[in-house]
Amino acid sequence: MATTTTANGIPAAKRLRAIGPPVWLWGVIVLLALLPVVGGKTGLISNYGFLQLSLMIVYAIAVLGLILLTGFNGQISLGHGAFFAVGAYTAAVLIDQASWPYWATLPVAAAVCFVVGYLFGLPALRLEGHYLALATFALAVAVPQFLKYRHFEWFTNGVQGINIFKPDPPFGLPLSADQWMYLVVLAVAIFMFWLARNLLDSRTGRAMMAIRDHAMAASTMGVNVAHYKTVVFGISALYTGVAGALHAIIFEFVSPDSFRFELSIAILVGAVVGGIASLPGAVVGGVFVQVIEKYADALTKQITSAVHLPIDLEPWTIYGIALIALMYTMPMGIAGGLALLWRRLRGS
Amino acid sequence: MTRTTRRTLLTGAAALAVAAASPAFAQKKYDEGATDTEIKIGNTNPYSGNASAYGLIGKTIEAYFKMVNDNGGINGRKINFITYDDGYAPPKTVEMVRKLVEEDKVLFVFQTLGTPPNTAIHKYMNQKKVPQLFVATGASKWGNPKEFPWTMGWQPDYATEAAIYAKHILETVKDPKIGILMQNDDYGKDYLNGFKAGLGKDNEKLIVQLATYEVTDPTVDSQMIQLKNSGANVFFNITTPKFAAQAIKKAAEIGWKPVHYLNNVSISVGAVLKPAGLEASQGIITAQYGKDPTDPQWAKDADMVAWNQFMDKYLPQGDKKSSFHTYGYSVSATLVEVLKKCGDNLTRENVMKQAASLKNLEIPLLLPGIKLNTSATDFYPIQSVQLARFEGETWKLFGKVISHDAASQ
Repeated sequence: MATTTTANGIPAAKRLRAIGPPVWLWGVIVLLALLPVVGGKTGLISNYGFLQLSLMIVYAIAVLGLILLTGFNGQISLGHGAFFAVGAYTAAVLIDQASWPYWATLPVAAAVCFVVGYLFGLPALRLEGHYLALATFALAVAVPQFLKYRHFEWFTNGVQGINIFKPDPPFGLPLSADQWMYLVVLAVAIFMFWLARNLLDSRTGRAMMAIRDHAMAASTMGVNVAHYKTVVFGISALYTGVAGALHAIIFEFVSPDSFRFELSIAILVGAVVGGIASLPGAVVGGVFVQVIEKYADALTKQITSAVHLPIDLEPWTIYGIALIALMYTMPMGIAGGLALLWRRLRGS
Repeated sequence: MTRTTRRTLLTGAAALAVAAASPAFAQKKYDEGATDTEIKIGNTNPYSGNASAYGLIGKTIEAYFKMVNDNGGINGRKINFITYDDGYAPPKTVEMVRKLVEEDKVLFVFQTLGTPPNTAIHKYMNQKKVPQLFVATGASKWGNPKEFPWTMGWQPDYATEAAIYAKHILETVKDPKIGILMQNDDYGKDYLNGFKAGLGKDNEKLIVQLATYEVTDPTVDSQMIQLKNSGANVFFNITTPKFAAQAIKKAAEIGWKPVHYLNNVSISVGAVLKPAGLEASQGIITAQYGKDPTDPQWAKDADMVAWNQFMDKYLPQGDKKSSFHTYGYSVSATLVEVLKKCGDNLTRENVMKQAASLKNLEIPLLLPGIKLNTSATDFYPIQSVQLARFEGETWKLFGKVISHDAASQ
């Protein structure tokens, strides 16, 4: 095949491929988009099932935010639950108090979280490793208390939380509210993953990864380390904030106790288990966060009764065992482990 | 709300109208969750987490329904009781209740526990028109049939209880100067507002000091000192168990001996009064509505004997000193009465209707003289309590059963 080169010297065929996702990914996207029709009409997937799927995708976006920061920029964060909460409350307050349409709250949540993340990134410049982890941990612990603070109660509604309602599908589409929101969440997720892919493939992405690999070398090469670190913090917060806003809309409820420290840990665990430096890892991580939360309890009960253990297992025992096993066998996360397997099978 | 549910509801309502007009044509009417052979009931309880002590209530209810099923069920139908753990976390409650309603398709949700969890699902249940019946919390907002016709409480609401304390103070204390310690949230404010309403506008000035605390505070020592220095001779103690114990202990330490009213949620001898010190707890007044299993006066009582047999057979590992088991027993008995009255008309609307038409219903293990009453405008089943004073090592009832017509807010 004759390769025509363009002005940049990159073969035309390769450039075309770089623009959009590969063919198989298109197939997956189309299949996912058709789920409401296929699953809904036949009753295979209940509304509750679509809620579960939407939650998995939402957590995938949140985990993606953390992956951009930690996996691709080397800054650790134990406090992404805080940005999730800020995004969720932004959306909830706008919908509940100002009667904004749900789709308009997403850009606002994104902007607010970017600013919050950027502002947090500024002092975080001085912190590395453990100290940054502690600082973000403090943020995660503080946010629920801020939300309960009595002087903010006039708009946060304090401990009672805010109830909002899912929007009905527009244009009278024959979908249920859950199915429509599933499509919305899917569309937003695809858009944000596409943006992330392009970000990572660009000069900014290379700068990010250079900083992660060796900040001093990067700055010697002319990369403005401080600028990129704060901006990436902002972008990471933006992603997690949009996830929070979507979560508020589909879950129809926010409260300070919805965003406790455990959420930050769950996002981090999801990122590591999925694959800390891979985009597909975010998807795996998102699924992991949602599935584990629900099934750790049930699975433990089933195993306890099946194996007739004499002791009463705590629900999270299985979770702990699974984590240890995963980290031992797949230190690069599930996505990393699968990629390794794929490469070995292909013999390269 | 899907079209199917609306149609079913309209059909159910129409059938009800027909059935009411011509009893000869009474047909079986079901909503999702009810069939000829079973009634599906949903529930969430904190079986894990900070409030897991309350999980005993869920276990008691489960055991009670097993007993009912063993005795033939209700009108020939077995109860299928589905209960999930929500860890007292409102988001988990939302998810589990959505699962119950949309996936497990229960007929209604019963005895969901805790004010925050129930607040989280309050609007959802009413939007979906699924009964949120006999919730396990005493906040007054559960008795609001006009705005939330699908939600109903069971135990005496906090406002009623506080109003009764207020009335007792006005009747028995000469020249009262009232100091209040209040947890600064939904539950605390509920008690305070009821108390003020019971005092009446003219008497509100009798409150000389209102001290508040956050549930995240480590102690309430400074608030107690503040209250003593205000010169109050009456103390209304609106605290959850941990802080109640601290308050009682501190009052004794600083030598403050007011007339002490303690809210019903913190009257556990084992969890509050023993740690605070039984000596320091002498003379505390509270409001009871159930027979305490540790009270020797009920040892030979028919209800108590039956309860003991139930515990022996269905909850042999249960703690016979825990009032959670008597609470669960009483509230389950209430639900069984309501379901019996529904007969073959097991629509959600009829369940609420029957729950809202209890007339002087007597339930096992409630104090003699306390009866349940509900109507289309009164969604507070139990509004009577009897005062008790802590003497020696247990609560001694005194006076008569007091009722209070709390106006729904």
